[in-house]
Amino acid sequence: MTAQRRTTITAGACLAVSMTACVLLLRHIDRIRPQASIDDVLYLSSPKMVKRASLGFDGLMACIYWTRTVQYFGHRHYDRARSYNELAPLLEITTTLDPQLFPPYQFGASFLAPPPPNGAGQPDRAIRLMEYGIAHNPDNWQLYYNLGFVYYTELKDYKNAAKIFEQGSKVPNAHPFMKVLAASMAEHAGDFATARLLWSATFETSHETNIRQNALEHLRAISVDEDVSNLQAAVTRFGQHTGRLPVSMEELVTTEHLGGLPADPDGNAYKLTPEGRVELEMPDDFPFVTKGLPPGYKRSALPKFHTKL
Amino acid sequence: MNSGSVPRIGHIARNTFREAVRDRVLYNLIAFALLLSGAAIFVGQISIDIERLVVINLGLTAVSLFGVVIAIFIGIGLVSKEIEKRTLYTVLSRPVRRWEFIVGKFFGLAGTLVVNTFFMAIGVFGALLYVVHKFTRPDAQILVALYFIVLEFLIICALALLFSSFSTPLLSAVFAFSLFVIGSFADDLRGFAGLTHGFMKWVATGAAYLVPNFSTLNVISAVAHQQAPGTQLILQNTLYALFYTATALSGAVLIFERRNLK
Repeated sequence: MTAQRRTTITAGACLAVSMTACVLLLRHIDRIRPQASIDDVLYLSSPKMVKRASLGFDGLMACIYWTRTVQYFGHRHYDRARSYNELAPLLEITTTLDPQLFPPYQFGASFLAPPPPNGAGQPDRAIRLMEYGIAHNPDNWQLYYNLGFVYYTELKDYKNAAKIFEQGSKVPNAHPFMKVLAASMAEHAGDFATARLLWSATFETSHETNIRQNALEHLRAISVDEDVSNLQAAVTRFGQHTGRLPVSMEELVTTEHLGGLPADPDGNAYKLTPEGRVELEMPDDFPFVTKGLPPGYKRSALPKFHTKL
Repeated sequence: MNSGSVPRIGHIARNTFREAVRDRVLYNLIAFALLLSGAAIFVGQISIDIERLVVINLGLTAVSLFGVVIAIFIGIGLVSKEIEKRTLYTVLSRPVRRWEFIVGKFFGLAGTLVVNTFFMAIGVFGALLYVVHKFTRPDAQILVALYFIVLEFLIICALALLFSSFSTPLLSAVFAFSLFVIGSFADDLRGFAGLTHGFMKWVATGAAYLVPNFSTLNVISAVAHQQAPGTQLILQNTLYALFYTATALSGAVLIFERRNLK
């Protein structure tokens, strides 16, 4: 074996061993200091500072920060975290870097507004984000739609929701349903029909699978909430007429002329408890329902989406 | 300029280009291709709804930064390397004027960067096609952004040559890179100048106009959002880049003409 070949083999082996040792060591170090993940650290928290530090390549930095936001939210959401401290700053940095980047507004509002664990529970920051977006993109009707949506779903502020939908309907090329939404919000804000209209609009106007799937799950939940409300009203009527609770769902259906055993969108019949409560057979299959849940029911895991697009 | 100058400049430019290719400068294209194809494939999986934007932003930013690094690190060595290897004396002992040498070197480096940018542009459009499956009319605006990036390279090449004509390679690199960073803040500089008063206002405004304004040549974000740069901007940016390049090259020639090479 020549001297050169010996050196090559020794150096090659040394390289492989050293690299393997480095990888193994790093894995150990990560286990010792699990808090060292970048999730909760914003080295530069000032959006203006980040913009300046990007040396004019703010478009790329915005994409990087948006990806970081998605990863941050995704990880914390998966862990069922109760706090999302860096979410709003990340979104603010992203939109300051590129005020015309649309996804951070569209998704950011739905990340920020819902209460934990589904979101950060910061509807005020979501509103600020959307108002910033509208100020920089006044011709984008979808931003008005998203802002009105936050007012409607999270704050139940129907007056402001109607006002925002009305403003959005005046934007050139706005979708015609903005006018319908504004009118319906003003007259029947709390109705199931209005909620259905909103989520149907979300489903129809988005091309993003996640958003469409989320909208579909909400539409299923609205259907269940409406069914349970109607059935519960039927139970009350039954009690008023007979002075007792129905012993079974079949008796309720026959007496109240409901025309068939009522079932949820998956085809599972609703249950009637001895206490006269109408409940879902499989509540885990409907992550957004507010009615028909057993007393003390707690969701065990992440929302399970049963719809496939 | 007499009629013999053009072929002499052409020879020096060709040799500079060949030397850059021999130095494996174009190997950066491999790193660029890996970066873009990686981004095109993986971004869709780790982010939401920004695949097209990432390919354009990342592609054009990489074209710009790779080019700036090449322009600075090759540009600063163009004169000093020739002095170090003593090949400059051979060149200048022939009927080649010092200014022809500087201008030839400039065109050689600029040519290298244009060729590099051309291949990178193919990469950007290829990655874009992979992500969006078909081109639309606004995608042609990427060509304007690439053109502006080439204009930026011309300025940086000229600046690198200017510093290289009187300074060491290390200091030239520091000067050129600092000017690139300062030039990226040119709009802010003008804003700061507006806040000062009296004599300081004149000094600050003068400094703001003295450094190259790279922010006006950066339309990457606008193009990514399919906003077309206006014809006036294209025309005036072209003139600005040409005049600034001419200024820096003239400075390099003036200094190099008087430099004692003994």
